[in-house]
Amino acid sequence: MARLHEYQGKELLRKYGINTPEGQLASSPEEARRIAAELARPVVVKAQVWVTGRASLGGIRFADSPDEAAAAARQILSLKVRSFPVERVLVEERLSICRELYAGLLIDDSARRPLLLVSSVGGTGIEEIARSQPEKVARLHVDLGEGVPEAKARRLVGQVGIDDPLQTHVADVLVRLYQLARGVEARAAEINPLVLTTDGRLVAADCRITVDDYAVFRHPELGIEIARELNHPPTLLDKIAYEVEKNDYRGTFYFAQMEQGFEAGQGYIGFHGAGGGGSMMAMDALMRRGFKVANFCDTSGNPPASKVYRAAKIILAQPNIDAYFGSGSGVASQEQFHVARGLVKAFREENLSIPAVMRLGGNGEDQAVEILENYTRDLPAPVKGFKKDDSIETCVEYLQMLLTEQKRGEKREKPIRRQAPAPLPEKPYQFDIRTGQIIYDHALCAKCETKICVQVCVPQILKLENGVPVLAITREEAKQGGCIECLACEVECWFHGHQGARILLPIPGLDEYLRAQSPLQGNPRILKF
Amino acid sequence: MAILVDGTERVLVQGITGREGSTRTRLMIDYGTKVVAGCTPGKGGAVVHGVPVFDTVVEAQAAVGPIDISVVFVPAPTVKEAALEAIAAGIKLLVLIPDRVPLYDVLEIVRVAEQHGAQFVGPNTVGVLSPGRGVLGMVGGRAELARAWFKPGPVGIVSRSGGMSVSTAYYLGKEGIGTSTIVHVGGDAIVGLPMPEVVKLFEADEQTEAVVLFGEIGTSQEERVADLIERGEFTKPLIAYIGGVAATSGMRFSHAGAIVEGDRGTYEGKVKRLREVGAYVVDSFHDIPHVTKRVLKRRRG
Repeated sequence: MARLHEYQGKELLRKYGINTPEGQLASSPEEARRIAAELARPVVVKAQVWVTGRASLGGIRFADSPDEAAAAARQILSLKVRSFPVERVLVEERLSICRELYAGLLIDDSARRPLLLVSSVGGTGIEEIARSQPEKVARLHVDLGEGVPEAKARRLVGQVGIDDPLQTHVADVLVRLYQLARGVEARAAEINPLVLTTDGRLVAADCRITVDDYAVFRHPELGIEIARELNHPPTLLDKIAYEVEKNDYRGTFYFAQMEQGFEAGQGYIGFHGAGGGGSMMAMDALMRRGFKVANFCDTSGNPPASKVYRAAKIILAQPNIDAYFGSGSGVASQEQFHVARGLVKAFREENLSIPAVMRLGGNGEDQAVEILENYTRDLPAPVKGFKKDDSIETCVEYLQMLLTEQKRGEKREKPIRRQAPAPLPEKPYQFDIRTGQIIYDHALCAKCETKICVQVCVPQILKLENGVPVLAITREEAKQGGCIECLACEVECWFHGHQGARILLPIPGLDEYLRAQSPLQGNPRILKF
Repeated sequence: MAILVDGTERVLVQGITGREGSTRTRLMIDYGTKVVAGCTPGKGGAVVHGVPVFDTVVEAQAAVGPIDISVVFVPAPTVKEAALEAIAAGIKLLVLIPDRVPLYDVLEIVRVAEQHGAQFVGPNTVGVLSPGRGVLGMVGGRAELARAWFKPGPVGIVSRSGGMSVSTAYYLGKEGIGTSTIVHVGGDAIVGLPMPEVVKLFEADEQTEAVVLFGEIGTSQEERVADLIERGEFTKPLIAYIGGVAATSGMRFSHAGAIVEGDRGTYEGKVKRLREVGAYVVDSFHDIPHVTKRVLKRRRG
C-alpha cells in the first residue's frame, strides 16, 4: 500500500475540512526552531516515519520553547528507525486534551465493503479497548452507492454514547473521512486520536492513510513516488529498481530492500524470486534454515531477459550479502532460459564472488539450468541451478553447503578484481533496442567461425551480410520490440563466438549508487576499474 | 464433476484481440473450453482463432446465443466497465484475469454482481482449470503443458497464489494424485470468490474427496475456511500450507485492521485456527503430496 506520512495525511484531512493542529514540516533543528517561534506556544516534535509506537522509540518529544524544539528535532533527526534514518519532523502546536476519540475507515475483506469505525476512546491501545470493551466501538458497513449519509453517521456516533453537541461534530468528521477515503481511493484512513481540546475544538492529532497502490495512477496530486507496499520510505536502490519497472511494461519486476547496514557473514541473502506465492515460500524456506533475507525481489509474468539482468544487477549492488538465492513456484509456464541468460550476463559482469543457487523449474528448465551452470563455471563463486523436481528445501540445503565450503576456503577474504570491460570497437555496427543498445564489432565477427548469434537469436532478426551479422529488419522495428532482448546473441557469443557482440543495458542511477559506496566498507565485488 | 468449469459451458472472452486475450484464447480452445465469442469495442467483425468478435456483449449474445461465462483480459483500468457490461447482459460467472485493478473498482463490481446474482473469480488470477475438461484464463500457460502437468482426480486445489496453484497440482500429480479443479482465487485483498466460497463448492462436488489450500498472510480467508469446518459446513479433509512466515516482519496491519480482525491475517493466527479445527497444516510445501496421499488413503479406508 502506498502509505502517506502523517504530514501528508494531515494535508488531505485539511483539504476535506477536518481540523488538524497548526504546524509545519522541518528537516533541520533550525527549521524546527523557526516554526516553534512562529507558533509561539508549546509544541510537539514528531518523527515522520512509518512505524507504530514512535513515542516509545523517542520519536515524539514535547518542547516549551523554540530552543527546546530545536534540541528535540536534533535528537529525533539523529534516530534510525528500522535502520532507516529519520529525515523529517513535524513541528505542531501541543493540544490541550479534554478527551480522545477514534475514527477510522478500512476495507473489510470478508464483507467486501468499506467499514466505518468510531470509538468513544482513542489513543494508543485502541486495539485492546476494542477487544475488552466492544461497546465502545461502533461499526458501519458502507454501501458504495449510498455513501455515508449524515443521519447514519450520527446514529453510529450515538451508539458509543456520544450525544450532542459533540455527536454532530464527530459525525461530520466521519462523513468527511469517508469522502476523503473514497476521493483518494484509500485502503485505510484513520484518525487516532481524534482530540476534543479543552477549548472545544475537534482536531485530528494523528492520522494514518494508505492509498490503494493500483489507483495511484489516478491521483498524481498525491505525489506518491513508489506505489508499492513498503514498510519504509523507498531507499535509493528501491527507487532505481522502480524506474526500471516503470520504463519496461513487459512482465513484473518488484524490488524492495528489507535490511541495510549488515556485515558480511551475518547470513543475509540477496533474494530473487518469481511470483508472489513462490517467492514467499522460498523466503520461508530460507528463514527456517536460519538465513536472513536482505531484499525482496520478484521478476515474473514472462519478463524479458534484460529485465531479469537488471534485477540481478540491483540485487548484487547490495553490500555484504553472503549469497544469491532464488526460486519461483517451481513449475513456471514462462520460458526459464530467458531468466538464465539474464542471470548469466549479470553474474559475469559482476564476476560473481558469492555462491548463487537458483531454482529455475518449469518450462524450458533443462536448457535454463545448462545455460546458468555452463556459462558461469569460470567465475570465482559456484553457481548452481535446480529444476522443478528438486524441492525448495533441497535448494536451501545446497546453499548452506556451498557457504560452509566457502567459509572453509575463506575465499571471501581476497577481493576479486573485476575484469575491465573491453573497449568499444572503433567502427561499431550498432542499433537501438527497446531499453538499450546492441553493438557488434564486425572486425571480430568476421573472424568468427560459428556465427552463433544469427542461429540463436530467438526472434530471428539477424542475417549474415558479407560474413558478419546485421539486422534483417529495420532499425525502427528492432527498437520497437523486434528485438525481444533475450540476450542470446551476446551470451552465446562469449562461449561459441568471437566476443564480437555486446549489449548495453543501462540502469539509471546504479553506477552513481555503487560509486557512493565506500570500497572499504562495501563489498569487494563492486570495486570499479 | 469438477467445479466452476467442466468444459460444457459457453464462454465469452472480453479483450480477445489484445496480446494476452488472444494468446490465452488459444490455450482455452486447445484445452477444450467452448469459446463461442469474443468482445472488443471497435473490433466487431474480426475473427480471433476462429472465434467471432463483437463490439458489445449484448451483440455477441444476440449472434451466438446465451453465454455462461466471461473471461476478462482488458487492461486493468477498464476491467470495471467490462465486468459491469457482462453482468448487465446477464452473464452469471466472470473470471477477471488482470492484476492492478483499483480496489474501489472491485468493490463496485462486488456491489453490482450481488444485485444481479452474479459471481466472479479474481481479479489478479490465473484462472480456473478442471483437468481434462476445460480452463478459464491462463492456468498452465499452454495446452500441451497443461495436459502434461494436470491429471484428473479427487483433490480440489484452492490457492491465493497463481504460480503455486499450478505447482501444487504438478507436485500432487507427480505422486499420482489427480485434481478435480484448480482455483486461483486471485492475489488481491478483495476477490469475487474468496477461499470459503470455493471450499463450499468443493464440499458439494462429488469428485472432490479432499482439498489442498495454499494460503498466505493477510486477509481473513483462511480463518473463515476454518470457521466453515467448525460449523460443519465443510466436512472433507483439508491440507493447508500458509506462506509468509518470513514476510511478517515487513508487514504491519493498521489499528483499524487489528480492531476488526484481532489476530486474523497473521501467519500464526491462520495456522493455529486451521489446526484447531482439524486441518492438516504442513510447515514445508514439499510435504503436501505425501500428506495428501496419506489422508486420501485413510479416508478411503
